[in-house]
Amino acid sequence: MSQALVVVAHGSHLNPGSSAPTYEHADTIRAAGAFEEVRTGFWKEEPSLREVLRTCEADEVYVVPMFISEGYFTEQVIPRELRLEGWDVEDWDSDGLSADVATYTAADTGQTVHYCGPVGTHGSMTDVLVRRAESVTGDPDVGEGFGFAVVGHGTERNENSAKAIEYHADRVRDLDRFEEVQALYMDEEPEVDDVTDFFESEDVVVVPLFVSDGFHTQEDIPEDMGLTDDYRTGYDVPAAVDGHRVWYAGAVGTEALMADVVLERAADAGADVSGAIETVRETTRVAAPEADD
Amino acid sequence: MPARQFDALIEAADADGGVEFDGLRVSRAGGEAASGGGYTFVTPEHEAADLSESELRAHAEGSPYVTNWYFWEHEVRRHDSPRRAFLRRAEAADEHAVHERYEALAEGLVTEWGQLRIEATLPDADDGARRYDVRHVADAGRAVDDLETYRDPLDARELAKYDDDGMYRPLKTATNAPTGWAFHDLGWRDAVETVETLYPATVANWYREREGTLDIDHWSDTAERQTGIYGVVEELPREAVEWVAEAACDDSQCVKRREWQYDEDDELAADGGDGAFPCREPCSLVVAAARRWTKLEEEDPREYTFRLTPSEKEQIEGILDAVADGRVDGIREADVYEDANRYRTRYLRAKLFDDDGDLAGVPTDPAEHGHDGEDHHGEDHDDHDEEDHGDHGDDDHDGHDDGDHGDHDSEAHGDHDGEEHDDHDDEE
Repeated sequence: MSQALVVVAHGSHLNPGSSAPTYEHADTIRAAGAFEEVRTGFWKEEPSLREVLRTCEADEVYVVPMFISEGYFTEQVIPRELRLEGWDVEDWDSDGLSADVATYTAADTGQTVHYCGPVGTHGSMTDVLVRRAESVTGDPDVGEGFGFAVVGHGTERNENSAKAIEYHADRVRDLDRFEEVQALYMDEEPEVDDVTDFFESEDVVVVPLFVSDGFHTQEDIPEDMGLTDDYRTGYDVPAAVDGHRVWYAGAVGTEALMADVVLERAADAGADVSGAIETVRETTRVAAPEADD
Repeated sequence: MPARQFDALIEAADADGGVEFDGLRVSRAGGEAASGGGYTFVTPEHEAADLSESELRAHAEGSPYVTNWYFWEHEVRRHDSPRRAFLRRAEAADEHAVHERYEALAEGLVTEWGQLRIEATLPDADDGARRYDVRHVADAGRAVDDLETYRDPLDARELAKYDDDGMYRPLKTATNAPTGWAFHDLGWRDAVETVETLYPATVANWYREREGTLDIDHWSDTAERQTGIYGVVEELPREAVEWVAEAACDDSQCVKRREWQYDEDDELAADGGDGAFPCREPCSLVVAAARRWTKLEEEDPREYTFRLTPSEKEQIEGILDAVADGRVDGIREADVYEDANRYRTRYLRAKLFDDDGDLAGVPTDPAEHGHDGEDHHGEDHDDHDEEDHGDHGDDDHDGHDDGDHGDHDSEAHGDHDGEEHDDHDDEE
């Protein structure tokens, strides 16, 4: 039976770049060839969440949300808009981080929909955070002498989003690869504004756990950390701040390896992705510097 | 005719029932290979029976009916699918006989789909494989070499993102599709994919409508379903929904044909348009704009008294028309006969606005005096700010999807800095 992958994301009415990471990861997976069809659907763009399923011919569809945590979108908006018959958040049996998959019939198309947990809470997301550090430093072995910060919104709006930040910060710490690892927040302590206070290491990689670049990752955070006075003038990577070198990575969701997390989600849900995970991991790798560099 | 096509024909003729498609009938006496009987070959123009295989080949050779059969039954396949129905439409296959279509395809058979012009051609009639060219209808007469040409349907995503002025297009079926490009020499699969990328889900919905299974969600269904920051749209008055449809869903704004009404038994008076494909429910742009209109409609009207000359009144009406019809950019700098001409408008502002930016010196709120012009404009933006906070609070429950923040991003760019708004907030 043919299987389709549908990656669903927020999208934007105003920011043309919002959909770019979703497209890019979908393309990577399409090229790996594990699915007959790979489609994207958006809350604010087209095809809409409402109509994306009918653009797939397959009877079996794996839906992976490009969201960072479990919450309003993954629990209410997406299942409702996809018309997942009998959706009940309890079916995920999640502690806020552990949603993996629940299977339903789409009321309008009759397709079997394997509705997966969001990319942001998958364990392999930790690898993407680390990969992001490799990308921004250009060093596939980055770690020694470096501090590592994962940045999120904070608990103010959604408790689960902070859980995801802590979860990945712990996992990066457990790798024992970076000198220090810290979870930081935009709207609560420990705050990203004071990033350099939390690190002894001269070099600090800062990776926001966001799906795509936008207002927070391109304006707020760079200004709050003191990388620049005005986001419009840009900032250096690394930027000198209070005697530290801050390597600001921008949204983790733009990292090519994100495609792997999407695939892992679908694989965990039972999709046959044999070989594709290895292919995607290989094709999204950060090149080691040339020997004579 | 390629050998594979004749082999396929023999195989199909030998099978139970033989071939019967688009005027072509090929079968074997006795109905199957084991019978050893001769073949029958029938087209609307031609009939031959009791043929050996080599005689059948002679009849089939060069017959458009055979290559046509092969294209539809061995290439496109998928009976009862949107993609097949769409490709059949592209050559009016259900209305015209094969030989007519082949003549037309040799010249190029053109259909339109919103602002898209789709031309089906048949470069090699001996093969029957159609090729397609997809471009903007405005580029109908242009040579392919004059256009940016593409082959990969996925390139249509980036292309469809911006209009000819480089502005972001949040609605793919808006009437501002860019010009100057062509997806040229596409196979049937890529042709459908290109159209579905430029106008997502339109083929699927058109097909459902054709089959009588279009699932329409009327305004009241869609409004009721909303939660979070969009929950308020349910409160938009019935008459305002009429204006929403007139403002946003008119043929001048969107190439879809609006099929949704206020509710199943309550049609909107606004014209749904003549688009080739249906709009089955209020889109996310309409819902987002309706949220703004819901908030604006919560205000009670007040009576203001302005003194205007007749021409000034008409000029204000003319400016409204020009902005609403998107004509402002086309008004020439020195054309002072146009109401929305920049000098005319600046003159009117110089004459009618007081230092606070109030029209004819009449304060918006009679109780409020003396805020400056910037703040006056700031009022609207404050609402924006509030909405953004709302996004964080509700829609943005997941917290980190930057899409919404991206929204904030662009709004902030458009509208000066947030501090002003904060100041204003404080004043209130």
